[in-house]
Amino acid sequence: MIAQRFPELVRELQRVVGHDGVLAAQSELVVYECDGYVIDKNSPDVVVFPRTTEHVAQIVRLCNEHDVPFLPRGAGTSLAGGCLPVGGGVMIVLTRMKEILEIHLHDRYAVVQPGVVNIHLTQKLKGSGYHYAPDPSSQGACTIGGNFATNSGGPHTLKYGVTVNHVLGVEAVLADGSVVQFGGPAEDYPGLDLPGVLVGSEGTLAIATRLWVRLTRDPQGYRTLLAVFDSVDDATNAISEVIAAGIVPAALEMMDQGILVALEEAFHFGFPLDAEAILLIEVDGLEAGLDAQRDEIIELCQRSGAREVRRAETAAERQKLWKARKQAFGAVGRLSPSYCTQDGVVPRTKLPHMLRRIAEIGSRHDVRVVNVFHAGDGNLHPILLFDERDQAQVRRVLEASEEILDECIACGGSVTGEHGIGVEKLDFMPRLFAAEDLAAMDRLRIAFNPDGRLSPHKMLPTAGACSIEQSSPQRRAAL
Amino acid sequence: MHEITPLPTETHTAAEAGQNAAPGRANPGQGIDYELFLDCVHCGLCTSACPTYLELGNENDSPRGRIYLMRAVTDGRLELGDEVRRHLELCLDCRACETACPSGVQYGKLIEPFRVAMEQSAPGKAKTDDWFHRLVLFGTFPYPGRLRAALAPARLAQRLGLLRAAERIGLLKLLPARLQQLVAMLPPASKRQPRLPDFLPAMGSRRARVALFTGCVGDVMFRPTNWATARVLQQNGCDVLVPRAQQCCGAIHYHAGSSEPALGMADANVAAFNADDVDAVIVNVAGCGSMLKDYGHHWPGDGQPQRAGLADKVRDVSEFLDELGLVDPPGTIELVATYHDACHLAHAQKVREAPRRLLSKIPGLELRELGESEVCCGAAGTYNLTETEMAGRLAQRKMANIRATGAAAVVTANAGCLLQIAREARAQGLDLPVVHPIDLLDKSYRREAWNV
Repeated sequence: MIAQRFPELVRELQRVVGHDGVLAAQSELVVYECDGYVIDKNSPDVVVFPRTTEHVAQIVRLCNEHDVPFLPRGAGTSLAGGCLPVGGGVMIVLTRMKEILEIHLHDRYAVVQPGVVNIHLTQKLKGSGYHYAPDPSSQGACTIGGNFATNSGGPHTLKYGVTVNHVLGVEAVLADGSVVQFGGPAEDYPGLDLPGVLVGSEGTLAIATRLWVRLTRDPQGYRTLLAVFDSVDDATNAISEVIAAGIVPAALEMMDQGILVALEEAFHFGFPLDAEAILLIEVDGLEAGLDAQRDEIIELCQRSGAREVRRAETAAERQKLWKARKQAFGAVGRLSPSYCTQDGVVPRTKLPHMLRRIAEIGSRHDVRVVNVFHAGDGNLHPILLFDERDQAQVRRVLEASEEILDECIACGGSVTGEHGIGVEKLDFMPRLFAAEDLAAMDRLRIAFNPDGRLSPHKMLPTAGACSIEQSSPQRRAAL
Repeated sequence: MHEITPLPTETHTAAEAGQNAAPGRANPGQGIDYELFLDCVHCGLCTSACPTYLELGNENDSPRGRIYLMRAVTDGRLELGDEVRRHLELCLDCRACETACPSGVQYGKLIEPFRVAMEQSAPGKAKTDDWFHRLVLFGTFPYPGRLRAALAPARLAQRLGLLRAAERIGLLKLLPARLQQLVAMLPPASKRQPRLPDFLPAMGSRRARVALFTGCVGDVMFRPTNWATARVLQQNGCDVLVPRAQQCCGAIHYHAGSSEPALGMADANVAAFNADDVDAVIVNVAGCGSMLKDYGHHWPGDGQPQRAGLADKVRDVSEFLDELGLVDPPGTIELVATYHDACHLAHAQKVREAPRRLLSKIPGLELRELGESEVCCGAAGTYNLTETEMAGRLAQRKMANIRATGAAAVVTANAGCLLQIAREARAQGLDLPVVHPIDLLDKSYRREAWNV
């Protein structure tokens, strides 16, 4: 316990942020032992809540003086253990840095502190004609700082891109406590593209303390369609057809029969229960041209074998369809006591093959698998259902998961589309990258984080560190 | 290298876990169905729906954190120490987390019994031993007669203008903090109104037969709203029964961890309201409505089916009128207003659109959407009398959102919210009426001009 080993550090931290900004009692640290990934747990020794960049810098300097590891955390909705305090130490929780500092509609950017909740920015912009585009399903709770760390996506990334496409600049505290700014309100600064390096680095290179983010014009109109298919193959082929026709839907999501049944039980949306798969397709943009795009999509779906294509005629109907999609994971809780969501990526044209393989792997391991995912960008989320109290099932689920992810790699894809590596997927890194690639990444990390005190043992396998053995698959609701 | 503890496998029940707890004291998690804890998959989507987390940013003060703490205590991993107790007490029980949760976690079924047991497990610290709870909250509030008598001197002072004068010169600061808060909440005295008769007949063709729940604090402080509710129901073709023998719903006791007296009140209400005889039991206070609707599952055992029978008939007045089909209100009310969602209506009873739809039928009324309308105002039953600091922070947050709408009045369907928001408006020197949606509907039916 650092609180006992270093009472002096705790006192110094209290001097920086005040008494109510430091937690050091074990009973108050327990809730910080994991994020949305609950397989591996470890309590931090101290939790500290900075309010300003200067606080963060001072905290980091104190940790260095006392030779204690430290790491940032936002809302803790991450799904791969990105804010697991490996080795304990000081957890810097940024939830009190939650000011939206500036909004510039004409220049289309906002300046925010890292603890701003994603949806709060969009809510603040309501009525202005602009929004913040990255919309992970956890957007009601996750922070923009956390989105920055994990390069978050969401259903609308197909057209609008992921977080890295929306970060113009970052002010950050480096591992030695110095404060730097890379990028800013204008586009394309000269020099190295360091915001690009920091986005997605999962808090292992620096701690973001202020972000310049792009604002996106609200589309003038939407057309939302629900295409019903009798076979998963037909549905996945339709996805490729739509993209190949040069249409870029704002979102293109797929749900299979297992999910449909769960959703129907929970919410009575009126989905056809005998359908093998449905696609939720949305195009948006200028009103002119949307009808033509919609009609083309309907035709492509029908040509691929769609049994029926429904249109959302009103804003309320559109909202209902999206609600179904975003509630899908919650509804899975009704199918089984536990479930494990994987996050694989394959090239779109491999989707039919991959879904067949998932079904085959599932049945070979006697594990029920249902699918709901971002079909447009080939980002799969197979959900493996089980009961965590049955150890035999747990083992089978772990084996099936690993096989599915290996198959993604074999297809030329990756083991995470948006959840990140954290501690969960560390073991896959050597399968994804050549030793030289990993060594280059490691040299970059060492340049930013030479003493390794900033969020150690994350994202990149560390020479000599023992890998973490998974003991049970996780249960999780969001993606 | 440190050690990482694997997730313990949960094969035990709460009752078994309770045996690991500190000896000599029952584990407060003991009576809770352990499956309810397992429903939480730790995704964290509830956190920013929670008012205390929004204010403090501390996971211990979030729903996910509180479930984690309760489960850790239940598992015997954590002692129920002062810090844990504090984080659980600070919960408003507003249930916003249940709305946000995609997995259907029934948070109310965890925190409420846990807090009841927590109170009972620490006799020295029990709320019932505290003078404020004993004398004021438990001893006076639930009894309209006692409350009216207790308020008489304050009411007299109010009529003579002494109360506001005392407030201005700081005389009230001599009172204990929680009494200060109570006095500050006292709504302006209105014309004395007689009690409601036992029966009020439907106007026009008869469409339903209902019983009206008049409440305890509600009947003393909001009798005009009870009259308005009865008149609006009559206008909509309802025979209205007002059973004399009805009592406080029991929420004040139950939420403060005192389950037994609440059960007594519930059974008295089962006897007073003959549920089989009416189409619905109408409630106009969200907190009471939510409690009455929970009668069926709060207490298993004797009388449970009867309590569930009453609970099935309970409807919030907006919910009922919206289902029945509102008779168009004729009178114009030229007013820009905003609607605040009472937690116990929006989150606990899932009634959100009905009051907005009813209000939209009043000619001339413009309803502006309120930012964070579903974030608790800090009233939360008697929370604002016991957790004054957090309640004050939330009231200020609510008022900032209200001011941003530019509305000239606030509409909300719960007694606690009405008092809390009105108090904050007065504290900020604003002339901002806070009214119940039924008050506006009543004015429209009576073609009365807007003035409060």
